[in-house]
Amino acid sequence: MIRATLANSLMSLAAIIAFTASGRAQEATEIFVAPDSTPDTVFVIRSTTDISIFSDLLEAFVRVRPTVELRYEQWGSNDLYADSREACDGQRASADVVISSGVHQMVDLVNRACASAYTSELTAQLPRQRMWRDELWGITREAAVIIYNKNLVANEEVPRTRFTLLDLMRRSPDDYRGQIATYDIEASGLGFLFAFMDSQQATTFGGLLEGFARVDAVATCCSAEIISSVDEGRYKIAYNVLGSYVNTAPHDNLGVIYPEDYTMFLSRALMIPKAAREKELAAAFLDFLLSPEGRTLLTQVDLIQESNSDENAGSDSTERYIPIDPTLLVAMDALRRDRFNAKWRDTFSKGQMP
Amino acid sequence: MVERGTLSTGAEGAISERSLLSRVMAGVLSLLAIGGILITIAAFAYGRNAARQSFDRILLGAANDISETIYILEGRPVAEISVSAFGLLALAEDDRIFYSIQGPDGTVLTGYEGEGQTSALRAAQVTPMFYDSRMQGEAARFVTVARRFSERDFSGAVYVTVGQTLRARNAMALDLTRGAVVVTGLGGIALLLGAFFVIRSAMKPLERLTRELSDRDPYDLTPMSAQGPAEVAVMVRALNRFMSRLDRQVGAMKHLISDTAHQLRTPVAAIRAQAELAIEDDETRRSQRLERLVKRTRSLGTLLDQMLSRAMVMHRTDNAPPAAIDLRDIALHVFEESDHEVLAPDAEVDLSIGDRAVIVMADEISLGEAVKNMLANAMRHGEPPVTIGVSVERAFGHIWVLDRGDGPPEEVMKTIGQRFERSAASKGESAGLGLSIVDAVAKAFGGKVSMEKTGQGFRVTLSLPLQDEEQSS
Repeated sequence: MIRATLANSLMSLAAIIAFTASGRAQEATEIFVAPDSTPDTVFVIRSTTDISIFSDLLEAFVRVRPTVELRYEQWGSNDLYADSREACDGQRASADVVISSGVHQMVDLVNRACASAYTSELTAQLPRQRMWRDELWGITREAAVIIYNKNLVANEEVPRTRFTLLDLMRRSPDDYRGQIATYDIEASGLGFLFAFMDSQQATTFGGLLEGFARVDAVATCCSAEIISSVDEGRYKIAYNVLGSYVNTAPHDNLGVIYPEDYTMFLSRALMIPKAAREKELAAAFLDFLLSPEGRTLLTQVDLIQESNSDENAGSDSTERYIPIDPTLLVAMDALRRDRFNAKWRDTFSKGQMP
Repeated sequence: MVERGTLSTGAEGAISERSLLSRVMAGVLSLLAIGGILITIAAFAYGRNAARQSFDRILLGAANDISETIYILEGRPVAEISVSAFGLLALAEDDRIFYSIQGPDGTVLTGYEGEGQTSALRAAQVTPMFYDSRMQGEAARFVTVARRFSERDFSGAVYVTVGQTLRARNAMALDLTRGAVVVTGLGGIALLLGAFFVIRSAMKPLERLTRELSDRDPYDLTPMSAQGPAEVAVMVRALNRFMSRLDRQVGAMKHLISDTAHQLRTPVAAIRAQAELAIEDDETRRSQRLERLVKRTRSLGTLLDQMLSRAMVMHRTDNAPPAAIDLRDIALHVFEESDHEVLAPDAEVDLSIGDRAVIVMADEISLGEAVKNMLANAMRHGEPPVTIGVSVERAFGHIWVLDRGDGPPEEVMKTIGQRFERSAASKGESAGLGLSIVDAVAKAFGGKVSMEKTGQGFRVTLSLPLQDEEQSS
């Protein structure tokens, strides 16, 4: 799951520590140091982004800041949220930067006054929907896509919209029984956010749930796993997968669809925790991400997906952004979340993996 | 003395005029500044109130929105919190949000716990309850609304509390204040400029007056033009009055000197001639010469008296304010003085006055001198008996001297009353001078002198306007 570091890389690899998924802890940690330097500052980033995707960028950053020993921890979004809450309350050591795709969780953290503010010329250039209170910034632009296995799904059956996906599940449920996967929204903050935003966007969501129930769709975890499973043919179709993860490794059998009824775009949110020790460094890291160089590096790993760079992208009117603003707090409401999860669980109870 | 005074007056005028403008401007400026400060304070209070009201409505709207979504499911209140409620709150873009839904006993059903909550939930039962508190150390505004249920399986109130930090409110209040202050400031500057031009144009006449005064020849006593606003005109008229009085007095002084020189030359020369003759002549004629010398000397004395009295009259008519005088008192006074007995000890003088007061506005001493001169003329030139009288005719009081003679010849009558008369002076007499005193007094108090031949004789009358009840307004 974690790619080995490249031999020609400038970084000197210190350690790769992998943990089991049990308990509340990071999934993996990697330390980045510029070559031929003796760093004196430890800089901690906790993020939901896979290390392999971010490594080039982190190497570039330590090259600019050779005194920094960058400790990058990869977390699951729900665990990261819980960890940040505890750090905010002073129960744990805080990270210097937190980056999460669970944007609603980040909005909640900011609303709980867990973040510190920062402004610069670069942050001021961000559009309003990708910034809140100068404490939370959307640093990426990633689409939620439908992927399918080219060998297993006939060309005329490829669902280009949610409606065709719905029709497909109604028409031939037996062909796709147990063959459609999506995020487990209880395990993944991002999965919940996508599902929740879907429920806000269109009435198709109810139909989709019904369809998923009919074909015993599989709710599972983690973008990389879903993508490789589809590539290997274990699933024919996966719904609401982060497009940015699809191209991180070569997948010969994979087809990617930007749904034409609407494509949801997510901006990974970055915040500098209130208790961060290296706030200046954190701000420098943010500015680095927003700088032309940082944006170029993010674009190279598909974390910034320009809509016109893709032939499948629809017109502007079909792009839906997940805005970084307080309305996402609704997704954090305990009652609402419980009911949403209950409905979801109801749908997937029959299709639970053996 | 005069020159220096005039110049320094001009210079001081210029200085005080400048300082007047700057002083008025300073006053206007401070008034505007005070007004500006008051308006700023008022605008801030207004802005804060407006911001509070509008954002309180949003807060209340969101709370009601949330309370609408509450329903009872299996005996428990459940809320399906709507995005629109948070959309409302997100109108205050950068403010953090608190929300909490509490059951009848205050337990939190959903939402945040901790700061911002209130235990005084029952106060919100009827009307929404707004209150200020803190949200993670930041000042915030909250509202609690109640939704009451009377279901079969649930009865009681569910409380929705929504709070918001104050960034947007403060920004709006500041924005409103700034707008008001900018407008007020611009208005103030316009007012100030307007005031400057208005005050400057109002002070233009003063400036002109100052310039005229400082440019003026100190010997120039001609009147200045009294144009401009009332205040300036009053000043100019007062100045003109003062200057014309100065002019008259300087003129009177000049006249006195030239008259004196002129009048005295002949008698003094005559006296010297008599004295020389007295020395040179033989013993027998010396007493005759001395007698003439005495006569000349006495005549010179009279002349001197008259000239001094005329100078005094000129001075008094300009300086002594007129007072109410009974003409009968003057007549009586002159009659009782025995001056005429010196001139003509054997002459008979009568007095003719009524029993009613004849009041005129005049100076008693000047008037007395005038009447004495009239009497002296009559004694000297007229035929006795002489009568001093007072009478009233229409709006004039008359004081007159009547003798039984025919009066002077026609050609003398024409020239009479001029300042002096050469013929009289050359003879060592002074009729012209005496009458010129009478004339000057008459003119000074708005009256006139008339001479007429009547059946009884020659009468010289000094008429002055009567000062009675009707006229003394």
